[in-house]
Amino acid sequence: MVGPVSPRVVIAEDLYLLRDGLVHLLQAHDFEVVAAVESGPELLRALTGLRPDVAVVDVRLPPTFTDEGLQAALAARRAVPGLPVLVLSQHVEQLYARELLADGSGAIGYLLKDRVFNAEQFVDAVRRVAAGGTAMDPEVIAKLLASTARHQPLGALTPREREVLELMAEGRSNAAISQRLFLSESAVGKHTASIFSKLDLAPSDDDNRRVLAVLTYLNAARG
Amino acid sequence: MAVGKALALGATALVDVVLVVLSLVGFVLAFGLGMVFMFPPTAHLVRHRTALARRLNGTWFGTAVPAPYLPPPLPARPQPDGWYRHERQLYKTPKWPDWNNRWKWIVGDPATWRDGLWLFLNPVVVCALPLLSLTLAGCAVLAAWSAAPPVLPLALGGASAAALAATPRLLRAYAWWNHLLLSPTEKSVLAARIQRLDQARLATVDSQASELRRIERDLHDGAQARLVAMGMTLGAVEELMDKDPAAAKALLGKVREASSTALVELRDLVKGIHPPVLAERGLGDAVRALAMDSPLKVTVTVDLDTRPDSPVESAAYFSISELLTNAARHGGAERVWIDISSNDHALRVVVTDDGSGGADPALGSGLRGIERRLAAFDGVLAVNSPRGGPTTATFDLPYAMREKGPDCTPSLPRGKATIVGICWGIGWLPLFPQGLVAMFMKLFDVENRSWFLALYLPELLQWPLIVFNVLLGLSMYAAGMLIPVMHARQQRLAEVLPTRLWLGR
Repeated sequence: MVGPVSPRVVIAEDLYLLRDGLVHLLQAHDFEVVAAVESGPELLRALTGLRPDVAVVDVRLPPTFTDEGLQAALAARRAVPGLPVLVLSQHVEQLYARELLADGSGAIGYLLKDRVFNAEQFVDAVRRVAAGGTAMDPEVIAKLLASTARHQPLGALTPREREVLELMAEGRSNAAISQRLFLSESAVGKHTASIFSKLDLAPSDDDNRRVLAVLTYLNAARG
Repeated sequence: MAVGKALALGATALVDVVLVVLSLVGFVLAFGLGMVFMFPPTAHLVRHRTALARRLNGTWFGTAVPAPYLPPPLPARPQPDGWYRHERQLYKTPKWPDWNNRWKWIVGDPATWRDGLWLFLNPVVVCALPLLSLTLAGCAVLAAWSAAPPVLPLALGGASAAALAATPRLLRAYAWWNHLLLSPTEKSVLAARIQRLDQARLATVDSQASELRRIERDLHDGAQARLVAMGMTLGAVEELMDKDPAAAKALLGKVREASSTALVELRDLVKGIHPPVLAERGLGDAVRALAMDSPLKVTVTVDLDTRPDSPVESAAYFSISELLTNAARHGGAERVWIDISSNDHALRVVVTDDGSGGADPALGSGLRGIERRLAAFDGVLAVNSPRGGPTTATFDLPYAMREKGPDCTPSLPRGKATIVGICWGIGWLPLFPQGLVAMFMKLFDVENRSWFLALYLPELLQWPLIVFNVLLGLSMYAAGMLIPVMHARQQRLAEVLPTRLWLGR
């Protein structure tokens, strides 16, 4: 489904400067911007009509300036299951993260708008979402882990394992984690296996499934 | 049962006689001999007695009487120079200004004098109403003893028996009498309301101002300072660009970092002013998001049909947030239950935690802050927190869910509206044809009687009926005008006096 050369992308952002910036940024990184819209209804039409490979969506959009963008993205994903959507926001909420992840089909990103500053990481996140992976903002992950830490067996994890879990939850591969933490890839593999055994999760080859399993676990444990 | 109550009232009336004497002495000492310090204790004595009567009215007769007194004066506040001022006098300690204020409060309150009147009349009224049968029996005995005709004692005895049978009705009449003098007047209710509103307004303005100061300070020390630093660094980058591109690049990295930090600070600031989730999703989801971020295990139940007004929503959100923080910080709680529901137009929030309890609004400034926040919307906070827990904090925000329809005028109930309609509809009939016209026909001796009813009557009854018709017509119009006016007045009064929540603290 994803064209390896130039993925088709829909951008929804109501501030002209930021929208323009996103268009230029993504075009410069070999994306084909098929639509850049500025309101919720337009976004829903573009998503269901154009079926892009990935959408970059601001949460707050006209006409209501509430969570119009998020609702449009969720509606579009109900109509087109697994439609890759990267949601951008001025603030991140666990509540929204859980709603986005609720359908369990992956291809979801949820980042602070600040992350756009770092073009490479941002484009990397867009590509990851387009490929069906996840890209969660470190702040969301930190909140998720902080609020579950008290009641969870997460306390049994070593600090290093916790770091690995956080990066894993952001949606990073073992290779990326090993680069970030200056570890060998096999060491990361050992850590993840240990995390899974401590959290009673059956290991799986699929990167994305891993993240979802972790998040679903965190989700379920709170209820 | 009723007779027992009546006898008990008789016993209290005997005590009242003593109290009347005591308070008379106090009154004479205070105002006759200038011993003004005798007045407050006397008034307090009377107030204790009337408080008992109010309570009994509730428990025995089912018509509770609210206390009518004006709110007590606030404690005197020192001036900036440390002195306490009362009118044109300065005092070193707050003792005298406080005493003066209390004195004025007691003397100036109409309820004090109504209490006194009630106390003076009560023994007589008790004899005339609950103890009527006993009184009549006494009279009968007296009549029999004196040289009255023998019919009189018999008649009095019969009346006494009838009064004994009617004791429950007489007790009800006595309850009504209590209500008449002991319940608050419209004026004192409004005065209390105004004082409350005044305090609430002061508190609101105060907290708004301090909030604005905090925001100003945060912006000044945070984002603004960072933007200045970024501008300066960018200036340096401009200079270095050609000479030392590597250093320029490093500086640019720093600028980006500074902008990130500024954004984080702004985000936190915005969250403190009006949380974005609240704006985007409303109270329910905002509280759910709050619960997720809390280190405690929080269960949220929301039962709201519509979104409350935005300012109310914000007040409720920050109050819940504060309660949650309290539960974690002071209560040592692990689990918290938040229940948000609406009842008619009121929003009710109940926050329960399994902490160690012992929270007291009088001590905790956090709870005081919540009370202030809610007071702006007539909200009331009730905290039940026994030592050892659990703590339950409940707050009500009346009129939170008021729907803003174009129809804001209070409408008449159907019965009253029908009466008004009839009055306006046929008021002309007795007034003009049957009243005024018949009167003129009579005055000018017109022969033709046509359909004027009064002229068919015997001569003697003609004028009375004409006058009656005129009066009937006039009073119908008066009723048609006055009923809606009175109703609107009642409605307005009910509107400025929202029902409140009273829970045992």
